[in-house]
Amino acid sequence: MRKLPELVAPAVLVLATALLGLVVSSALQTYFLDTLLKVAIVVALYVFIGNSGVLSFGHISFVALGVWTAGVLTVPESQRAAIMPGLAGFLSHATVGNVPSLLLAACVGLVFAFAVGLPLMRLSGLAAGIATFGVLEIVNNVLRYYDKIGPGLNAFSSVPETTGIWQATIGALICIGVAFSYQRSRFGRQLRAAREDPAAASAAGISIYRQRLLAFAVSGALAGLAGGLYVHMLPVEIDSLYLDLTFLTLAMLVVGGSGSLLGAVVGALAIGGLDSFLSAAENGVDLAGWHLDLPTGTAVLAVGALMALVLIVRPAGLSGGREFSLGWLKR
Amino acid sequence: MTLAVLNVTWQTLADALSLGGIYALMAVGIGLVFGVLRLVNFAYGQLVMAGAYAIAYASVWGWPSWAGILLCFGIVLALTALMDRIVFRPLRTHSPAVMLVATFAVAFLMQSIAVLAFGQLGTIASSMGPLNQPWDIGGVQIRKIAIVSIVVAAVCLALLQLLLRRTSVGLHMRAAAMDFRTARLLGVRANRVIGGAVLISGLLAAVSAVMLTARNPQVTPIFALDDTIVVLAGVVLGGLTRPVPATLGGFTIGFASGILGGALPTNQSQYLPTFLFAAVILVLLVRPNGLFARADGAAERL
Repeated sequence: MRKLPELVAPAVLVLATALLGLVVSSALQTYFLDTLLKVAIVVALYVFIGNSGVLSFGHISFVALGVWTAGVLTVPESQRAAIMPGLAGFLSHATVGNVPSLLLAACVGLVFAFAVGLPLMRLSGLAAGIATFGVLEIVNNVLRYYDKIGPGLNAFSSVPETTGIWQATIGALICIGVAFSYQRSRFGRQLRAAREDPAAASAAGISIYRQRLLAFAVSGALAGLAGGLYVHMLPVEIDSLYLDLTFLTLAMLVVGGSGSLLGAVVGALAIGGLDSFLSAAENGVDLAGWHLDLPTGTAVLAVGALMALVLIVRPAGLSGGREFSLGWLKR
Repeated sequence: MTLAVLNVTWQTLADALSLGGIYALMAVGIGLVFGVLRLVNFAYGQLVMAGAYAIAYASVWGWPSWAGILLCFGIVLALTALMDRIVFRPLRTHSPAVMLVATFAVAFLMQSIAVLAFGQLGTIASSMGPLNQPWDIGGVQIRKIAIVSIVVAAVCLALLQLLLRRTSVGLHMRAAAMDFRTARLLGVRANRVIGGAVLISGLLAAVSAVMLTARNPQVTPIFALDDTIVVLAGVVLGGLTRPVPATLGGFTIGFASGILGGALPTNQSQYLPTFLFAAVILVLLVRPNGLFARADGAAERL
């Protein structure tokens, strides 16, 4: 119970964002939805990268598989032939509802991450980084061109848009809950011990390979879930789930502080919020009687500059890699 | 005269060799910075992109091609020096992940500046066109750039090896790369030496920019992005710890993707990245330290 603030603080941040999203106009609400889903993706990344200390560039491929699973199975059968003419086998008629599609997306993420992790978790350092990047390349390449399984370069249109503010919030909270219970479990502690000192952890009988594999699979499931939520929010193109999103989410994690759950959530909310605000301002917003209209491209520029600045001034991230504790309030 | 093994023609072979040469150059630049700073410079491709824009705008303004090349070198070197001073130097003592993400941020930044300043559509660097003309060698049409890039890559590599192995500056670089603090205590001006190594990598980026614009004159904000990713994979594949394995890795992946691009039937050529990265993963699983790395791990870094 003493560690409960570790869970409550990120959850409260997410709930506050959701409440803010409820009161704004529906045009602005899209940005809040997007930021909440970014929280889900970054927390998924954190479960593996934060706890193991190993970089992964492959997680967006799990998001992409989640998008694909939930997308391909929920496009109404009547429109499937028009959107995805090449579909083969059971994919051309199997249809599931909203919640089952999300669960399936998480399962596909879990199974794929486990299968990929079986060989890859033997690697560490840069070799692991490049190998996981290879997974991203391959998944993106296949989903983009193999039209027997999906829409190829086209968007997943006509997917029921069920991800409103509630579904996005619940999704983000589930990710935070799973991440919290994982890092408090003995498996999470073993992996964190291995991150701090691999030699000592091995000597104490911890199988680093198994613990990394477990974390990879769990974070794959969360990333798949986030992908499922994403495709239910707007018509996603496979191309938008590639390099830019990989770098943006990794930057969110590092800027927030990759060592803590709080850092993952703070980073996603801070950069997501700034990015949303500036993107909205590119289309022109009225703020307290003030009209703001920025040239296109300012958002990316400002976010890039901010990321570089935070890393130079505060390399351990905004949270300093620490969790929230009640002691912060007493000081 | 044909070379009909798996659809590979002499033309494909020459192109693959030339791509290997350019990737080898980029690999040296990335490997050198990694050697002295333990930093994977993801923004390397954006340096090449900036150089390519310099060439493109010089040719739009009607400058002679040598002036365009000079402008390219000037701009790339200035940006490299700036990057070293503002980003690399303050972050030198931090974890590789932080440094890598910082270079992502720089790459993002440079790319969005290019989008804002030059637009998405791109500019044509026509001044390098003559290099793309073919020479007729024994009945085989080989583009000049193919031969030029192989020769330039070999010369640059040889010069770099001479610098590192035979001069006192090179000795200082290797010392600073191996143990920054001890090298400083022994009187090596480590900041200056490391800055020098980073500048050499910028020089190589400028050379790569000239070669790449000759191959592909359409300069866009994402120019050289895909190439950098493939080169990074190649560098890790070869063995990031020392320049020669890193260069060989860069050459290998350039050559392999050139040959694969020619050998794959046209209806499967869009799956080239799948084949390439599947091979990379397989090699890394068998030899995680790199294909050309020596068995002893604790060797020198340059």
